[in-house]
Amino acid sequence: MNLTLIIPEIFLFLWALLILFVDFFTAEEKKHRLGPLSLVGIVITVVLVVFSGQGQAFGEMFSADYYSLSFAIIFLGSAFLAICTSIDFARERIKHQGEYYALILLSTVGMMFLAASRELLSMYVSLELTTISLFVLSAYLKTDLKSSEAGLKYMILGAASSAILLYGISLLYGITGTTVLKGIQAELVGSAFPGPLLVISLVFIIAGFSFKLAAVPFHMWAPDVYEGAPTPITAYLSVASKGAGLAAMVRVFFGSLLPVTSEWIPLFMALATMTMVLGNIVAIRQSNIKRMLAYSSIAQVGYILVALSAASELATTSMILYLLVYMFANIGAFAVVIAFYNHSGTDEICEYAGLSRRSPFLAISLVIFFLSLVGIPPLAGFVGKYLLFLAAIQKGYYWLVGVAVLTSVISLFYYMNVVRQMYFRKPTKNDPVKVSWSLRLALVLSLIGVIAVGVYPDPFVSLISKAASVFVY
Amino acid sequence: MPVPLGYYLGLAAIIFTVGVIGVLVRRNAIIILMSIELMLNGANLTLVAFSVHLQELSGQVFVFLVMTVAAAEAAVGLAIIVMIFRNRESVNVDNLNIMKW
Repeated sequence: MNLTLIIPEIFLFLWALLILFVDFFTAEEKKHRLGPLSLVGIVITVVLVVFSGQGQAFGEMFSADYYSLSFAIIFLGSAFLAICTSIDFARERIKHQGEYYALILLSTVGMMFLAASRELLSMYVSLELTTISLFVLSAYLKTDLKSSEAGLKYMILGAASSAILLYGISLLYGITGTTVLKGIQAELVGSAFPGPLLVISLVFIIAGFSFKLAAVPFHMWAPDVYEGAPTPITAYLSVASKGAGLAAMVRVFFGSLLPVTSEWIPLFMALATMTMVLGNIVAIRQSNIKRMLAYSSIAQVGYILVALSAASELATTSMILYLLVYMFANIGAFAVVIAFYNHSGTDEICEYAGLSRRSPFLAISLVIFFLSLVGIPPLAGFVGKYLLFLAAIQKGYYWLVGVAVLTSVISLFYYMNVVRQMYFRKPTKNDPVKVSWSLRLALVLSLIGVIAVGVYPDPFVSLISKAASVFVY
Repeated sequence: MPVPLGYYLGLAAIIFTVGVIGVLVRRNAIIILMSIELMLNGANLTLVAFSVHLQELSGQVFVFLVMTVAAAEAAVGLAIIVMIFRNRESVNVDNLNIMKW
């Protein structure tokens, strides 16, 4: 038993408890300082994650390898950025700030365990730790009708999707007689012919994960939850919870179900196509920027699924790199939305008119983040998308990449609509939008990330390709 | 004579399906929560049946943890439903229609 491997997770968990403890003794007007305190915890955890060793613990359940390391950094990074964007928002609009930060940290702990688990039981439990914390967070504005509605919708659909996933897992257990992913793979290699039970179980597992990823046709909760939840939580949900779903899904499919690829790759392709087309087209007609970003994030998952259909080493590399890039661009875009909301109290796109004159820094940052989401060189989104599509092209899925490129062009339309509002419309008000230090930190970090990965991707790609070599393709 | 495996799996599938139909058809949030519990229990029964059939214990351990998680989920779910009830005096999910595309 090697407990040193889970020191980062234990530390972050204890830090969450520390936040609750300190919260108890802090006066109401000083509680906003709990935000920076949780940032300190995250930074220490990043150091611990990088310097703690690699290996396996608890039998086959927990494995600290490059795969879990790179996902842990993505999760901790998005928690860091989400808390940075939360500090002002929480001070103004949220009661019980201590629990708010503690829950973000707890759900991050769940995600880190999720990325490291190589066994279905530990995977299920850590997935639930992640999502149950997020149910509470999305319903956090207790008296706000939209937020409570978002919380209930997320809770019902999240719990139902976990049950569907669990049913799929139970059938897979019945077929293979083990819950360890490596054991499942060994069983499946041996069996000559995958029976109908395996197909049913794969369909349930894919449906369960698709709910977590918000892939079409299991996306209907996402826009409502993203619109209703507190905006920093929306930013966190759209990156970290999707990343958690992907981490677990890739572990299961690339770590145990590769012997039966012919059964699930067509399903992945269908999901990818529907997700890209519907996400991008419905985003066009949104007037609320949070809802527009929700559909845009649905579309982004479609691009990732294009690469996953290839089921190769490059697919895993490109998926992790794209998540990293998407984290910077998406949370950055949300940081601008939050800054604007803190100042003006609205999320309507038409209110962004003339933002370039009121606050040039916010406007140009939003343009850069959107261009990265579309995938314009030299920004990071281009590198990410290039690798995703390259993975699919290597397997000869030209039509799938065609759809992806075409829908990327469509996506330009709704992103540029916001840019048009900001640059070519006259402002209705002239007061500059104030940006606090924490939001400015989140914006600058995201900008650095988007530009650095775009201009000089080699070190990131070579680090992440080590993570991809965890699986045997 | 022991009950064959297929009977257990059939019963579990029926319970799971009843749960799914309940989630889709019923409009009261509390009954939806109960239907989710039914879905989980369908999965639990499958796990236990396979575990006994395969003479392998990890399925039964799984069920214990699923029950714990289900309790946590129900606690958070009921708390959210109470909050909704305070805000709008109703737990009918048809009334949750502020946000629509």
